[in-house]
Amino acid sequence: MNEMDNSYYRKQKSIQRFFDVTYSIFRALLVIGISFIIIYPILQKISVAFKDKVDIYNPTIYMIPTHFTWENIDLAMGILDYFPMLGKTLLFVIVTTLLTTASCALAGYGFARFNFPGNQILFAFVVMTILVPSTTLMLPYYLHFKNFDILGVVSLFTGKSGVNLMNTYWPSIITSATAIGLKAGLFIYIFRQFFKGLPKEIEEASLIDGAGGIQTFFRIMLPNSVPPIITVVLFCFVWQYNDTFYTTLFMSGMELMSLKVATLSSQANQFIPVLMGYSHGSGFKADPNHVAMVVDTGILLAIAPLILMYIAVQRYFVESIERTGIVG
Amino acid sequence: MKWNSMSLHRKRSMLGFVFIAPWLIGFLFLYLTPLVQSLMFSFTKLVIQPVGYSLEPIGFENFRNALLVDANFNRVITSSVSQMLISVPMILFFSLFSATLLNQKFRGRTLARAIFFLPVILASNAIASAEQAGLINLIGSGAYLDEMQADLSSYNITSIVYMLMDVGIPRSFVDYIVSAILGIYDIITSSGVQILIFLAALQAVPSSMYEVAKMEGATAYECFWKITFPMVSPLILTNIIYTIIDSFTGSPVTTLIYSVAFETQNFGLSAAMSWIYTIIVALILVIVGFVLSKRIHYN
Repeated sequence: MNEMDNSYYRKQKSIQRFFDVTYSIFRALLVIGISFIIIYPILQKISVAFKDKVDIYNPTIYMIPTHFTWENIDLAMGILDYFPMLGKTLLFVIVTTLLTTASCALAGYGFARFNFPGNQILFAFVVMTILVPSTTLMLPYYLHFKNFDILGVVSLFTGKSGVNLMNTYWPSIITSATAIGLKAGLFIYIFRQFFKGLPKEIEEASLIDGAGGIQTFFRIMLPNSVPPIITVVLFCFVWQYNDTFYTTLFMSGMELMSLKVATLSSQANQFIPVLMGYSHGSGFKADPNHVAMVVDTGILLAIAPLILMYIAVQRYFVESIERTGIVG
Repeated sequence: MKWNSMSLHRKRSMLGFVFIAPWLIGFLFLYLTPLVQSLMFSFTKLVIQPVGYSLEPIGFENFRNALLVDANFNRVITSSVSQMLISVPMILFFSLFSATLLNQKFRGRTLARAIFFLPVILASNAIASAEQAGLINLIGSGAYLDEMQADLSSYNITSIVYMLMDVGIPRSFVDYIVSAILGIYDIITSSGVQILIFLAALQAVPSSMYEVAKMEGATAYECFWKITFPMVSPLILTNIIYTIIDSFTGSPVTTLIYSVAFETQNFGLSAAMSWIYTIIVALILVIVGFVLSKRIHYN
């Protein structure tokens, strides 16, 4: 009897084991497959970036070129005016990110912890700013920032009708400082949810100890709210860097990464002959395949800073989202 | 009124206004005013003058033009809304699936997670349009591009279609599956944030629930449908709303509205178009919210 039991359990166990192994193989295949789909375009661009022109028409080459070169990167950097532009872009993105985070943190705290009249209604408006497509505001924004003037202050002093803020950083800086810029409603929501989840006792203790409301916020609440700050900073940075909606609307003539990359192909067509030593009028046309290589390299250069940043901070992405309390 | 003579309660609520002040100023002057202006523009003919602009009320003319006269608007908006309705369930399904996958313990999980969230960073319209332009440049014409892309991606999908039809799956459903397979890259790249949210939700499920279920003899399948799914269901609504909002940014409707305003200078028409779009999206959100909020399990 005992022996039969034993063999039965052993059989059950081996069946179980078989299923476990099959499942983990299946899972590994799935994960690897999906990962491949995601990183394949990047690998391809890396391969193209180092490939020499000679290899374009060699059909035996897959991914790993036989002639390595820096030429594509040089050309793409020349067309994009890479480092000066990257500097300007980063400056712009970092300033708007910091302003957005600061204003959204303040607003989120205000909505989470103060029972002023109209709190609920105003927060409903925050949700509305998330839900209404920004296209609706495109036109008034354009007219507004073309003749920027709050309550007629400018015309009062200078007699002119407002300041033209088009093609400056100001429209984006103003909208981020007032927490209605790119996806700011979402960030206010994240901060509010987080501050709601913090225990009230921390604050009460500091109030009893005699700290004012503003002091409590900066000394007690902010140091405790690292997770949502990281989340908001990361997402805001990435979205600002990639944004084309506000940048084409406000700063179409400025040197920003997202704008330059979007028009890369036509610029490459124009500049490659010049960079290769042909004059404008010579009628020389660059090889389309070569242009495509340079465009791919340019895209790689554009996303490289983001990828480097991501490799450094990727573990915070998951951890911070878990702790922000969006979920709870 | 002096600060000191106010009651503590009043002081607190005034302080609340101090905290939301930046947002409130921004909201009143840079959101609500533009919103009302935009509504006004949609009922007028707007002409840009050397200084400022002039408005000339024309009633519902712009809305009539957008819906009945403009050659592109109806087509673009129906196609992009239906595209959105098709892709939302796919993205949702894929992101819940991936989140469950990434929540399990296996070797290389950290790396897998890092790769799965990469699209959050790389989802950029600028890059997409650069790639598109690069391809058009390569081939010489935009019309041929669509054809070629269809050719490139269709690794003989017909065999799958025949197989599914033979099994007896309805035609429309087969179409849906096929479009999901062909669009797998788009689905994967646009579900980064959704995976992140689901993953966070999954980790918030207390493990004691699974222990009890296991002791009672529940299978993994039952665990998923009786524990995991109800626990993450509030986030399904969040993710649906996020996906719908996310689809605005790069949608062809936005491009069309932009070009009507700034290329053909027809500002009133553009405002009317954007309001029609807003109303349609709001309707979809209300319907989705209403249908789902009744079925969601809140703990």
